[in-house]
Amino acid sequence: MDPYKTINCKVIKIIEETSLIKTFILEPEKKFSFATGQFIQLTMPKIGESPFTPSSSQFAKGPFEVTIMKAGRVTEKLHELKANDTVGIRGPLGTSYPLSEFEGKEVLLLGGGVGMAPLRSLLLTLLYEKDKYNKITLLYGAKNPADIVYRDQFESWKKRGAEICRTVDAADKDWKEKEGVVTCLFDDYSVNPKNGVAVVCGPPIMMKFGTFKLLELGYAPESIYLSMEKNMSCGIGKCGHCGVGKYFACKDGPVFKYSLIKDIEGIWE
Amino acid sequence: MENLVILKKEDLNDFVMQIARTKKVVAPVKKGVKSFAFEEVTSGERIDLDYTSTILPPKKYFLPQKETIVEYDKSKKKWTPTLYSEEIVLFGVHTCDLFGIQCLDIIFSENPKDFNYILRKNRILIIGLECSNYCDENASCALMDNHNPNGGYDLFFTEIDDRFIIHVNTYHGEKLINKTGLCTKADKRDISELRLLKERKRNVFKNEVDIPYAELKPLFEKSMKSKVWDEIGEKCVSCGNCTNVCPTCYCFDIIDDINLDLNTGTRTRVWDSCQNGSFAEVAGGENFREDRGERQRHRLNRKFNYPVSKFRRYFCTGCGRCTRACVAGIDLKETINSLIEEKKGN
Repeated sequence: MDPYKTINCKVIKIIEETSLIKTFILEPEKKFSFATGQFIQLTMPKIGESPFTPSSSQFAKGPFEVTIMKAGRVTEKLHELKANDTVGIRGPLGTSYPLSEFEGKEVLLLGGGVGMAPLRSLLLTLLYEKDKYNKITLLYGAKNPADIVYRDQFESWKKRGAEICRTVDAADKDWKEKEGVVTCLFDDYSVNPKNGVAVVCGPPIMMKFGTFKLLELGYAPESIYLSMEKNMSCGIGKCGHCGVGKYFACKDGPVFKYSLIKDIEGIWE
Repeated sequence: MENLVILKKEDLNDFVMQIARTKKVVAPVKKGVKSFAFEEVTSGERIDLDYTSTILPPKKYFLPQKETIVEYDKSKKKWTPTLYSEEIVLFGVHTCDLFGIQCLDIIFSENPKDFNYILRKNRILIIGLECSNYCDENASCALMDNHNPNGGYDLFFTEIDDRFIIHVNTYHGEKLINKTGLCTKADKRDISELRLLKERKRNVFKNEVDIPYAELKPLFEKSMKSKVWDEIGEKCVSCGNCTNVCPTCYCFDIIDDINLDLNTGTRTRVWDSCQNGSFAEVAGGENFREDRGERQRHRLNRKFNYPVSKFRRYFCTGCGRCTRACVAGIDLKETINSLIEEKKGN
């Protein structure tokens, strides 16, 4: 199998999440599946490739979803896509969330901003087999209420059995939930580090302080999983861009156990 | 020692011409006062076997500076993977560069395999060349134990007086020797002279820095927070020369180009450098190695530290090219010595 081979996907629908974030529902022309946490290279001819982790459940057959924030050269062009346009994908690439290691445990998802995208995939995947896990919790933070992604879905996740707490850095007058950075959610929410795992995804600064907070609460480094965003280019551990110490985020990650990378200099910035 | 044969030096020209009749032959050629390059030759005349070190290592034939990997057609929504390879006889490769090619083999053969590299490499026949002396003061091949051959060739030439003693290492190498019809079997005198040369080399090549081979990895591991990186960062101009000329640097970027019809185009992989400021930058502007010192530290850890954990070998060949090519005067041996000094001070 040629690792540089691209599969075409039809854009079925585009959902505006926030002013800068859209979710694209894509239907691959050929059979395609992924394990939650793995990523794909999304591409348009001439524009180039960018890495994204699907935001839909690994159990959802047919079309899958990617949630994309307008943040650079490629994503700007991706945001111009319309329904029925075609994009290319390569993948799935990299490691996935090790679901079997989560079984029988309390699974805590700690997300920030558009870092909710991989966590939504994980959350939906966990909820599909929720009896396998003792508890499923999502702690989510965004900059302000307008920046919350999947805003109409949190209620249904709750109904399906997830415990959810949310916060925003800067509340407005309608905001009834917590105000402050994401780690402040732990003030009111008690966790069970002894029989729990935590999965963190968000901007680097949030991942750093989120991870430190989890350690402080008693989570073992082996029980913390990080989805690392780096500059993935080839996606097969060759091109060197996404080096994290001796590891590559595209091949040895993007899902890393914190214990594996904790001693590497400069993983956060 | 029946896999040793002899080629008279006066027959080298014929030897090369014979091969060049049917295959592309690439060999070291003099380019300037002290500069050399691997280039296509059709006879032995332009070949300079007294060359010191070529500007670029032979990696340019295994991993071209720019290579098309996909051709696309926007209107037809078609992506066609492409592959380029050609039959080459690579002549006169020093032992450090043989080691460099072996390193590239490991990287691109590791799963997921990179077929563009593997298929190209399979069509290149490699003829090594023994060094009896240092290229110059920048080399550290004895430190890296690359002043003697450690495999990675089809044929290996050792120049002694009026002849080459050739080690025939592979079936393809043997076929090539037979095809030229110019070589004879080595005798006892040849073998004893070969042994003498190896002994003489022991007095010529001596570890160039004050640290044994096995201690290099621990040195780099313990030097993550070293001030030496700040000092080098101050000097470095992020030009990327060091990585371009490095026989084991293989990092690349993937770039899309479009043709003038605005419909068809190519996706190419192009040599990239971890020394470029934007190398580890992601969308939104977050840069995971913003500082020049951090980038130099990363480069050298990918030679002396990380590959040892992953592949149990250093990825420095000791060729000295990074030092030669550095416009800011950053010197590998000096850097290693500074790290050693700093550790002694602590």
